[in-house]
Amino acid sequence: MSTTEKLLEGTGRWFDDRLRTARPVRTFLRKIFPDHWSFLLGEIALYSFIILLLTGTFLTLFFQPSMTDIAYHGSYTPLDGVHMSEAYASTLNISFDVRGGLLMRQIHHWAAILFVAAIVCHLLRVFFTGAFRKPRELNWLIGVVMFTLAFTEGLFGYSLPDDLLSGTGLRILEGVLLSIPVVGTYLSFFLFGGQFPGHDIIPRLYIIHVLLIPALLLALISAHLFLMFHQKHTQMPGKGHTDTNVVGQPMYPYFMAKTGAWFFFIFGVTALLSTFAQINPIWIYGPYNPSGISAGSQPDWYMGFLEGALRMWPSWHWDVGGYTFAFNVFVPALVPLGLIMTGLAVWPFLEQWITGDRREHHVNDRPRNAPTRTALGMAGVTVYGIMWLEGANDIVARFLNISLYLTTEIARYAIFIGPVVAYWVTKRICLGLQRKDVHLLEHGVETGIIRQLPNGEYIEVTRPVDEEKQAVLEARSELPQIEAPVGDDVPAPSARGGLGKLRVSLNRVLTESIPLPHGNGHQPNGHGNGHAGEPTAVTAGEAGPESLEQADGDGSGD
Amino acid sequence: MSESQPSHGLAPEEDGGRSRAPHRVIGTPPPAQARTLLGEAPGSAEPEAPRELPAGPDNPAKASTAEKVIAACFLLSMLASIGFIAAYVGLEVHSVDATLRSNLALGLSMSVAFLAMGVGATIWVRSIMPNVEQVEERHPLAASHEEREAFAKTFKEGAEASGFVKRPLLRRTLIAASVPLAVAPLVVLRDMGPLPGTSLRHTVWRRGMRMVVYGPNTPLRAADFSIPGQMITVAPEGFTENQDVLAKAVTIIIKFAPGQLVPNTPSKPGTIMNWTVDDIVAYSKICTHVGCPVALYEQTTHHILCPCHQSTFDATNGAQVLFGPAPRPLPQLPIGVDSNGFLIATSDFHEPVGPAFWELG
Repeated sequence: MSTTEKLLEGTGRWFDDRLRTARPVRTFLRKIFPDHWSFLLGEIALYSFIILLLTGTFLTLFFQPSMTDIAYHGSYTPLDGVHMSEAYASTLNISFDVRGGLLMRQIHHWAAILFVAAIVCHLLRVFFTGAFRKPRELNWLIGVVMFTLAFTEGLFGYSLPDDLLSGTGLRILEGVLLSIPVVGTYLSFFLFGGQFPGHDIIPRLYIIHVLLIPALLLALISAHLFLMFHQKHTQMPGKGHTDTNVVGQPMYPYFMAKTGAWFFFIFGVTALLSTFAQINPIWIYGPYNPSGISAGSQPDWYMGFLEGALRMWPSWHWDVGGYTFAFNVFVPALVPLGLIMTGLAVWPFLEQWITGDRREHHVNDRPRNAPTRTALGMAGVTVYGIMWLEGANDIVARFLNISLYLTTEIARYAIFIGPVVAYWVTKRICLGLQRKDVHLLEHGVETGIIRQLPNGEYIEVTRPVDEEKQAVLEARSELPQIEAPVGDDVPAPSARGGLGKLRVSLNRVLTESIPLPHGNGHQPNGHGNGHAGEPTAVTAGEAGPESLEQADGDGSGD
Repeated sequence: MSESQPSHGLAPEEDGGRSRAPHRVIGTPPPAQARTLLGEAPGSAEPEAPRELPAGPDNPAKASTAEKVIAACFLLSMLASIGFIAAYVGLEVHSVDATLRSNLALGLSMSVAFLAMGVGATIWVRSIMPNVEQVEERHPLAASHEEREAFAKTFKEGAEASGFVKRPLLRRTLIAASVPLAVAPLVVLRDMGPLPGTSLRHTVWRRGMRMVVYGPNTPLRAADFSIPGQMITVAPEGFTENQDVLAKAVTIIIKFAPGQLVPNTPSKPGTIMNWTVDDIVAYSKICTHVGCPVALYEQTTHHILCPCHQSTFDATNGAQVLFGPAPRPLPQLPIGVDSNGFLIATSDFHEPVGPAFWELG
């Protein structure tokens, strides 16, 4: 036994004698992690968060969360003698008088941008692949809460330097709070410690930003990871991938090395961005004053959709009995956010209710195989995207050289038309892709070889898809059936009453799909087998195994 | 290996050595070999369990090349980290140029240090570690029926033993005690700020208060405006450094040519001409949408534009809203001139400035 082995042996024994760790740690080391590029998105969020903790801690060593007015006499001479808050002055000091301070500030800001972006991408991946389905609804909810916390954390963080841009953001926050019916004025006075801007908002945001929200995020991330470990990760469809196994590489040494490398890449890329791509140059914006602003004021990207909602909403408001309903502010500021977050939170349960699917799912859906969910997701992305673009409509107008007001008018229509178009187009694309899959399964892959038969007929030779591909193409969780009443039949209990009828019609829409070729041992036969037309989309109610043959061949179109 | 806790070198007990560790007399050395965690104890006669992972790489030739590349990456990372420390020690900041140099050196060395580690580790996984694919079975997440029954029983017994169900007096008083306890933390937040009162309805502008140009803080004469011109931001004299005051009181003044201003009439809202001096009109600079300063002015169209959400106001016409989400015109400030010819306010704003709030009415 070598010295190293003896040392490891000794350490292992020391811990096992006290904690009985041998067995759980071995299970941990042998845990299998499936591979897919999209599984790395959540890791980006995780590692950005770690970068944020590290750089954020550094910044707190030098930052003064104080709104005390001082005259600046630091290294940034253009602002020499200018009155500013201590918060702003200390941010200047971090940038110009602390070695590595500017780099840390920029890494912190870039990592924050990346953090929220990675959360959004990870969330979209989980949504579009149906990875939120049973048993992962709880982890989905934790994720939605973390998403909300993440951009709130971002908003509070970039407000701390008390520069002109972020102060304007706080002014908008005050306006939004004031608009809330009944309690708004009080909320604003309590948050700001009186009238805007007061002297309390920066210290208060600071403690929320460095303690409260990070602690919550840390707890929720731990829970998120624990549940992921406990329930085991989902896997993408593939040969041998089932709902009762997990196929991949073990934690030790494979996943450890890969995820370690990924952490280094993410830290490396944020460092590279912070070296060459300037972010939030607060010395150019100047200290906050309520009278100043610059054209093209934009929040960080993740607040853009709210900014856009505020821009596009008309000036509707009511004065009723001496009180003001400022619909022009609180509706766009709070309703889209509420709708998006609530919609995300309830979707897994709504989908489960509509489909009646209460099984566990561990193999992800390919987005095309859940056309309605994918289409709804794209409709949501479109609404978000239009609001987000409208949040930069002054930049868009200048870039496209069109009228500023025209961009807003377009957005006001697009917010209604866009999602409908996105829904329809996405659903057609998904069903089209499903037809392509069915075609591949039935007819095989084109080889490009044209052969003449003895009778003079030309045929194209195809070959069956390989096993790996076939497993992917055939991976489709068939949904259970909710019986719709046919004629005078008695409807199933789940389909009775108004709610039941609604459920049945939603079920029809949600389960629309192109049926797979019948039978497990299906072999592509290499030439046309007399299908009259394209396969038709059917819903779960029509696509029982016994009806597949019929549905397969009727070719009546959608 | 460690899972079954084999007791090598010791005679198995009657029940197969599973029930408990062998008794040991105090003072004797621990049976170290009985609890090996890595590898088999020397001299063990038991056959080794089959390997779960191959010991060597898939392609030894490729692996030895990769080893050199990986080592080079790690050495590069090491050099970059040393470079980072050197740049920290060697490069001062305290000026814009020095800061940029320092940022470039520190950032570049840090990026290289991390990226080279990442590249090295990736090649390591791909070329040294043998490619394996393993299958792990998933166990049902739900507990067995018996376990659930047992849980239900335990829970029920606990509830019964506690008397929580049987003794409604205890239950109800406990709930009654919890409610105010939960409200208390909310109550203590009350002192975070004063009550709004009517403070949002007033600014510091008073009759006779001079307007000073914001920035240079110099008073203005009406006669200083010889030609119609730009929008000027003014502040109440004596309050130019007071952010809390400025957040409501900051005002814009614009000089127009005679006849350009559209007077207010009972049928059509417009500029209140009594509140102007020599076709100079003053409006609140705080947008009635969410409070950004309306800082953009287009002279040719007389449009005042808020850069935040693009509410547009007509400066000639009592700052009526032309476009955007602002619900009401910018309040007009009544102005006049004092005995020295300086512009003054002749009263406070006659309506609240800034964003709408519940009590605005």
